[in-house]
Amino acid sequence: MELFWYCIIAIVLAVFFVLDGYDFGTGIIHLFYAKKEEDKVVIAKSAGLFWDANEVWLVVAGGMLFMAFPTYYASVFSGFYLPLIMVLWLIIFRAIGLELRGHFKARMWTSIWDKSFGVSSLLLALFFGIALGNIVRGVNLGGVENNSSVYEAHYFFLPLWNSSFSPKGIHPGVIDWFTIVIGLIAVVTLAIHGANWIVLKTNSSINEQLKNVVFNANLMLLGGTIFSLFIWHNINPQPFSNFINYPWLMIFPVIYLLGIIGLFYVKRFKREASAFICSTAVIVGGISSSLASMFPKILPSTNSINESLTIYNTATGEYGLSVALNWVIIGFILVIGYLIVQKRLLSGKIDHMDYGH
Amino acid sequence: MEDMLFYDRVQFAFTITFHYIFPQLTMGLSLMIVYFKWKFLRTELVKYNDAAKFFMKIFAINFTMGVVTGIPMEFQFGTNWAKFSELTGSIIGQTLAMEGMFSFFLESSFLALFIFGEKLMGQKLHFLTGVLVFIGSWASGYLILATNAWMQHPVGYEILDNGKFVLTNFSNLFSNPWLLPAFLHNQVASLLTSAVVVASIGAFYLLRNTHLAHGKLFVKTGVVFGFIASVLLAFPTGDWNAKNVAKYQPAAFAAMEGIFHTEEAGAEIVLVGQPNMVEKKLDNKIAVPNVLSFLTYQKWDKQIPGMDQFDESELPDNIPALYYSYHIMVGLGTIFIAILGFSLFFLWRKKLFTLRPLLWVLLCLVPFPYIANLTGWYVAELGRQPYLVYGLLRTSDGISPTVSSGNTLFTLLGFIALYLLLGLLFLLLVGKTIHGGPQPKKH
Repeated sequence: MELFWYCIIAIVLAVFFVLDGYDFGTGIIHLFYAKKEEDKVVIAKSAGLFWDANEVWLVVAGGMLFMAFPTYYASVFSGFYLPLIMVLWLIIFRAIGLELRGHFKARMWTSIWDKSFGVSSLLLALFFGIALGNIVRGVNLGGVENNSSVYEAHYFFLPLWNSSFSPKGIHPGVIDWFTIVIGLIAVVTLAIHGANWIVLKTNSSINEQLKNVVFNANLMLLGGTIFSLFIWHNINPQPFSNFINYPWLMIFPVIYLLGIIGLFYVKRFKREASAFICSTAVIVGGISSSLASMFPKILPSTNSINESLTIYNTATGEYGLSVALNWVIIGFILVIGYLIVQKRLLSGKIDHMDYGH
Repeated sequence: MEDMLFYDRVQFAFTITFHYIFPQLTMGLSLMIVYFKWKFLRTELVKYNDAAKFFMKIFAINFTMGVVTGIPMEFQFGTNWAKFSELTGSIIGQTLAMEGMFSFFLESSFLALFIFGEKLMGQKLHFLTGVLVFIGSWASGYLILATNAWMQHPVGYEILDNGKFVLTNFSNLFSNPWLLPAFLHNQVASLLTSAVVVASIGAFYLLRNTHLAHGKLFVKTGVVFGFIASVLLAFPTGDWNAKNVAKYQPAAFAAMEGIFHTEEAGAEIVLVGQPNMVEKKLDNKIAVPNVLSFLTYQKWDKQIPGMDQFDESELPDNIPALYYSYHIMVGLGTIFIAILGFSLFFLWRKKLFTLRPLLWVLLCLVPFPYIANLTGWYVAELGRQPYLVYGLLRTSDGISPTVSSGNTLFTLLGFIALYLLLGLLFLLLVGKTIHGGPQPKKH
């Protein structure tokens, strides 16, 4: 039952990063490549129509984590206190940037909200990548000092960085040179994903240019991925043992790799959706590979005194998990229904849809 | 330790107060939008459709604010109240996760369709999407109230040796005797806020002599909905909730009513007075004897325990704030019935639209339902103190063990600055929408 809920939450999170991921990516592209006013309007609109429905996946993932793995929820949310609250602030700036720009036509007004949307999208992508890096790398559970725990074994508190920015040792910070690399990979991945979304959903004048951007960014992504694996191998003595013990797990890195390979053909694709499917594969493959490499851990411990958090030592009772299964199935059926209705009515390019304001 | 608890509580109180400015309008307004749209389908008078679309614009601004200020609420359970989350997540996580699943998906999917899809879908489907937005927003209220009801009156749980609460009966969460009265009271209160907002925008147009046809429609609809809501707030929903507090949280009941000493022959009802915590009495008290006993138990001489019956550690930790919140809520509730009742009378005599003083009163009434809604929630939350889960888990035992007060103060200051900005932008946009008026622009 724990395993089942772990998979559900992983899927919900992956859907969040695929869906809201294109909103973040759209913001990054908007920040660097949208120059003409028509392009700015339509690119912002391609995220503005959907962000709030997409963000619900994050809220649902949070709620499910709270319900199924309360110890984990409590530990991680309080341990990453400052970066998490900053993510909340950035989410607010991203949302108001999208929602406010259309209310007045003045240049000063639109440009400040464009920046709010773009910069916070960029930082959110970076922060989410750093978060993934932290989860994979692990934290000093129990706040061990001189071989004794300061807190209960499953609590911790991480500083934003330690004096050496080093991921090694038992006292890592939130930002170190490993998590930064993962953060940059996330920025590049989501920028690619956002560019593909813009090409798919709009007729902006920079669509052709964006295909070049995707191609070049994909080179950076491939280089970054290889580089991060080298660092990872350096930090963690047995990073790939799960894949060796359970070879079928290799399907996740393969999905990731196929996505990257596919993206090199971005300029030759006949269907615009193909590139978007490739970047979706990169996101899904990346998240699932990271999770699979640590399973059943969900937060490794960097010290040898307190054991890592796993899906088994953080889950709630059996009754709660099984009763929630009933409503989650009904819930997903409804959500798929909404998505079908929405897809039918809001499909195609969004350039000429009435924005309502 | 004391510092940490203080900042955690201030941050939660501040962020939830600011957040609840928005959902209380959207929940009530979604019902009124459905009403306007329904009237349009029945009568085909275009002013009803204008009203539905105009208030949907106001709804959309409030909805965005509600979403962006709501996400920090869910996250704060983990960031600032980690121990509480760890111990009770098995239970309150159920209803909170259900809220996302059954309410937010519905609301956000169909709100976009309601705003953008009128021409695409035709009028009947457009009405239907409005109904779905309404159901989504009320489902959210229901599940939040279910969560809160469990904290006020825990049911269907078992406490393990390690102190963790685990769920043993899912359906008990929804048959909790605290839930239905609290939900109905809250939803009617939310309807009151939206009705007063609708009426006051109408009054503004009439006083300014613009958009007269729409202005009259807004005043009329707002006053009728508002009067019904204000009566339902007092009876039966308010009465029902007060009886629940008396039954399940007698210490909170004594504190909110300001009863310091137990009277053998029935309790008086306090109208005004200031709690004097040193001498344990009310200063400048005006009270009517025996009425509280009658209202609560329908017996004039029923004894109601005063605060002297409870141990200090069981009483709410901020009695004056609880007492004032309650009396402000009840006082405003009485004033709403009076003002809206007068307005309804003059509406019936067909004099309201030209009665400028009363239109001014309706215009200026707009902040007060917000105050009444928020103070009502303060009564519930301050009354539950010193517990998070009534009688079982103390507030001081719920905070995050690793987050220092310096960090919480830092984020509290950040929230204050950010929400100040949000509040100003919100007023600007709502002001602009009201100024733009309900008639569609001619192309």
